[in-house]
Amino acid sequence: MRGTLPVTLGATIVLLVAAACGGGPAPIPQPDPDSLAAAEQMRRDSTVVVQAERDSVQRVQAEARERVQREQQAQRDSVVRIQQETAAVAEALSARIHFDFDRSVIKPEWEAVLDMKIAILQANPMLTISIVGHCDERGSDEYNIALGNRRALGAKQYMVNRGIEAQRISTSSMGESQPAMMGSGEEAWSQNRRDEFVIASGGDGLVQPGS
Amino acid sequence: MTRMFAKSPVIAAVLFCAIIWRGEDALAQREGPADQGVRVGITYAPGTLPGLLFLGSGRGVFLDSVRAILRRDLDYSDRFEMITIPGNEFLEIAGLVEGGSAPLSEDEAGSVANYALYAALRVDFALDVSKSPDSGAAVTLFDVRGAAVRRRLTVENGDVESLEFRANVHRLSDAVVLAATGTPGIATSRLLFVRRGRLYRVDSDGAGVTGIAASGNVYSPTWHPEGKDFAYASFPGDSRVRIGSLDGESGDAHLIIAGVDGTQDFAPAFSPNGVTIVFARAGAEGTDIFSYNLADSCCLQRLTVGRFSDNLSPTFSPDGRQIAFVSTRPGSPQIYVMGSDGTGAELFAPFDFGVTGNSYAPEWSPDGLNIAFHREIGGSPQVFVMDVSSRTVKQLSSAGRNEDPTWGPDGRHLAYVSSRTGSSQIWVIDLETGRIRQVTRMGRVRLPSWSSRLD
Repeated sequence: MRGTLPVTLGATIVLLVAAACGGGPAPIPQPDPDSLAAAEQMRRDSTVVVQAERDSVQRVQAEARERVQREQQAQRDSVVRIQQETAAVAEALSARIHFDFDRSVIKPEWEAVLDMKIAILQANPMLTISIVGHCDERGSDEYNIALGNRRALGAKQYMVNRGIEAQRISTSSMGESQPAMMGSGEEAWSQNRRDEFVIASGGDGLVQPGS
Repeated sequence: MTRMFAKSPVIAAVLFCAIIWRGEDALAQREGPADQGVRVGITYAPGTLPGLLFLGSGRGVFLDSVRAILRRDLDYSDRFEMITIPGNEFLEIAGLVEGGSAPLSEDEAGSVANYALYAALRVDFALDVSKSPDSGAAVTLFDVRGAAVRRRLTVENGDVESLEFRANVHRLSDAVVLAATGTPGIATSRLLFVRRGRLYRVDSDGAGVTGIAASGNVYSPTWHPEGKDFAYASFPGDSRVRIGSLDGESGDAHLIIAGVDGTQDFAPAFSPNGVTIVFARAGAEGTDIFSYNLADSCCLQRLTVGRFSDNLSPTFSPDGRQIAFVSTRPGSPQIYVMGSDGTGAELFAPFDFGVTGNSYAPEWSPDGLNIAFHREIGGSPQVFVMDVSSRTVKQLSSAGRNEDPTWGPDGRHLAYVSSRTGSSQIWVIDLETGRIRQVTRMGRVRLPSWSSRLD
């Protein structure tokens, strides 16, 4: 509807001009109404095109932004996932095991903890670890170095017996020098008689066993 | 006597009181045969220590410091009964040094001593500390029973706060003990110990606590036989044995034995001639004792092959032929002995399987007669001494935790860490009299090592 009104106006002007030509002075040259209309049409059309182009660019830009954001989000999610998985694996790897007083044998209740570490080592072939043996304050300072060493060796032997290469596990002893819990009494002592497991190398991007 | 009384009525009054005060004891003792007749030489009945009385003239920071250190050293030697005059640190005696001129000759000095009075006070030795006319102090030891001057000594003037001054007076003390008893004292000796990973030294009387620069966290310090160098392990750190020295730059303690990856070295001990050092090495095969030749910097040798047992905390016999150590061969840590070449290892301190507590930290006495160690009894460690020839074991402590014994150079004093007052401190027990005294007063003290006598 909006398009027909200018066309009607243009036709009316043409008719009026033609009537004035008869017997009167030479007609004043008039622009071709069709070209006027066309120019007007073009002007109008180009505005529409520009607008459309503008809209299209904005849409494309928005889409690109969205895509980038989506990709970044996906990347972030994946990094977080990897970090979370690495952290979960590292946490499982660092779980301590504990010992009876003056003993270095692996008690059955700690075997599952070591089995998990074995699975992690198998799922992450670049991973190497260090086992550090600790003691409670009883026994002489010097004896506790030897005992802590035995405790680290005990856990290593358990894992080597189940297929982990010996060179992937180093051992050392802290004796009684680094208690996990201060105090004298079985509560503190039982916490202090332990092996700690530390990542030595290959600890980035750890994967869960079976993943 | 008349001479002294004539010179000072005050002294006469003090002496009178002193005689009254000592008189009761003297009466009580009079029935014993030991006090009858004349005692000759230095012999005394077991349990009866010779009485020692301080004499002197003049005061001042220097003289009083000499007297205080000397008195404490002689008291801590546990070889004298210190006889005191109420209200006085020493018995005033005039005339030993005349007007700042040369000291009296031995005969003259003897003539001013009131032997009869000292004898009445049950004094066997009187020790005069007075100003020397040159500089420093002159010390005269009187043998009361023999009514003669036993020895005259001097000590140089010095800064009374300095370690050097203290060392000089300790030397004097040891000379006095030697002159009086025929056996040198132990006052010049000192102890190393560890507190919060730092290495310290302390004179055997508990004074002069000084930090020693050392590498890393110090563990198991031990003296070289000559008492100037020492070895220790740096633990956990790089866990290697280092040797430091109190002479010169102790900070650059050197690494003596190259480490092996995956091992930790600790518990060093020197052989009596200082040529060999033995230590424990923990590694993939457990813990075993190794020896190393310090003189030639060579010849690392493994002395024990534990396989399924750990072997550690070695200590040489004073003849260098044997090494006592801790072994877990019997299933729990116990005291073993072997030849210094590692042969002939056998159980040393007897134990009953399942009954006797874990035993640790042996140290062979300087006279070779005893081994001190600590053993778990009823949940806390206590100090034990084993007679080497009979292999009989005696428990020395019972209050609190008592551990890591180390012998004094006289073989009758034993220092160890005790928690009897609540905090871990070094204490010393005299095995002859059973007397104990506290050495350190700083808490969290551990792993003491007592030096030999120092010149």
